[in-house]
Amino acid sequence: MDSLTASSTTTDSITFDLAQTSLREINHYLHHNLARGEKKIHILNPDGAHNIAVGLNAPVDVEILGHAGYYAASMNQLANVAIAGNVGTGVAENMMSGRVHVKGFASVSAGASAHGGLLIIDGDASLRCGISLKGADIVVGGSVGSFAAFMAQAGRIVVCGNAGEALGDSLYEAVIYVRGEIKSLGADAQIESMSEADYATVAELLAKAGFSYNPQDFKRVASAKQLYHWNADAVAGG
Amino acid sequence: MCGIVGLLIKKPEWRESLGELMVPMLIGMSDRGPDSAGLAVFTATLPEPQRKYSLYSKDKFDWESLRRSFPAAFATVPEIQSNGNRAVLISDREPDLVKQWLKAKYPQLHLLSTGRTIDLYKDTGKPAMVADRYNFSALKGSHAIAHTRMATESAVTPDRAHPFTAGEDFCLVHNGSLSNPYSIRRRLEPLGIHFETDNDTEAACRFLEWRMREGDDLETAIKQGFVELDGFYTFLMGTADKLALVRDAFACKPAVVAETDEYVAIASEFRSLAHLPDVKNAHLYEPAPEELYVWTV
Repeated sequence: MDSLTASSTTTDSITFDLAQTSLREINHYLHHNLARGEKKIHILNPDGAHNIAVGLNAPVDVEILGHAGYYAASMNQLANVAIAGNVGTGVAENMMSGRVHVKGFASVSAGASAHGGLLIIDGDASLRCGISLKGADIVVGGSVGSFAAFMAQAGRIVVCGNAGEALGDSLYEAVIYVRGEIKSLGADAQIESMSEADYATVAELLAKAGFSYNPQDFKRVASAKQLYHWNADAVAGG
Repeated sequence: MCGIVGLLIKKPEWRESLGELMVPMLIGMSDRGPDSAGLAVFTATLPEPQRKYSLYSKDKFDWESLRRSFPAAFATVPEIQSNGNRAVLISDREPDLVKQWLKAKYPQLHLLSTGRTIDLYKDTGKPAMVADRYNFSALKGSHAIAHTRMATESAVTPDRAHPFTAGEDFCLVHNGSLSNPYSIRRRLEPLGIHFETDNDTEAACRFLEWRMREGDDLETAIKQGFVELDGFYTFLMGTADKLALVRDAFACKPAVVAETDEYVAIASEFRSLAHLPDVKNAHLYEPAPEELYVWTV
């Protein structure tokens, strides 16, 4: 425990109060002092603080009880972070693995550049959700704002509500599934027919996220690949 | 970066506490804007034809000399409430004449605001210091907007701090940067609209006030702003009876709104709303790009 002020501890859980303990101390604990085998960490009174539970690198459960600020649970690896509130810019940005669950709404750039893991947002996500996505899965229970999945390279995004303008602009290999209305598609994005594999993917991601929508209701949006101008074969072939 | 905060009190008995509720909101945005701060508060409205003029002096100023010299020009003794470098002058004389007289006789004074309802404060320094300097905690009124500045577009000086004002009972704070403030200026200056600084926000403020003077209501002026003002912005505007919030089409600059039966509170980040009474049960949302959010007192 070192000098940390924990509100309460049991053998398998520990509670920190951000009104009592500095964020730096809590993040330090999460990075360096998990050897005691806590299964669950609760963080009280986040009150919009930035960088809560960033860069975690252990299979630990963290629950943030309230609204978090910028970059909550960003660069996550292995951890399971739940936020019982809203989050600011860049939640789960550059996540590598694990799971981040936002129970409120997410501000801009949710899951930006995330390489792996699962980001669940129960409410709406603001603009640029999944920008430059590199392999993670994102499930949004509500709607996404404009420029969702801009330049997304790999990974899957499921949107249970509507999508704003320029959905999937300049997509690479990432695929987006949308249940509601799409205000407009971005450059090179197109609506494609759903295959059995797509229905299975949507069903799998909805189940993981805890939503019970019918996969049959979703449309597939992917890249038309008209913006691809390199020739991989030319490189391989010399 | 800059931070913006706004608070409109719905429950009349809470108007006495406007300053107390507002100061932690302002200080909560100190990290976003540590070099200057300002606050405009809308108070009980003076009867016609009275006007109040918020004045600022960079150097120590003898406000009593201003009171003494006023009657020679206007045959009346004005009310003056001073607090260090800042004072409010209240007079029933014709506003254009008072402003001309102030400018000619006291060129060292900066006129921060004019109107029947608005009081304005702005200065350089950390937001907590500015709030202390002018005792923001004691302010009362129906609504207020405030700003913490991280200067990007122009130098760190009191007159380039926000809020900016134009005309009467209108002010604007801005988080972001405009890319066409000089083309806006070049359009407005030939119409006799005078600019006091090289700050980009002043262009937005004077543009919107010009549209309202030409007959637009606040909402129509803001819609015209979507067409004419280019750049990144979250704007928060105050008039005698309204608070208005808008973001540009790309929503690059943040804002969060918390609404209860008692108040509407706006801030760049939730951090500044966290202390508000019953905020946990507030209707909390992020304003959409190019949507108009207007609340009336």
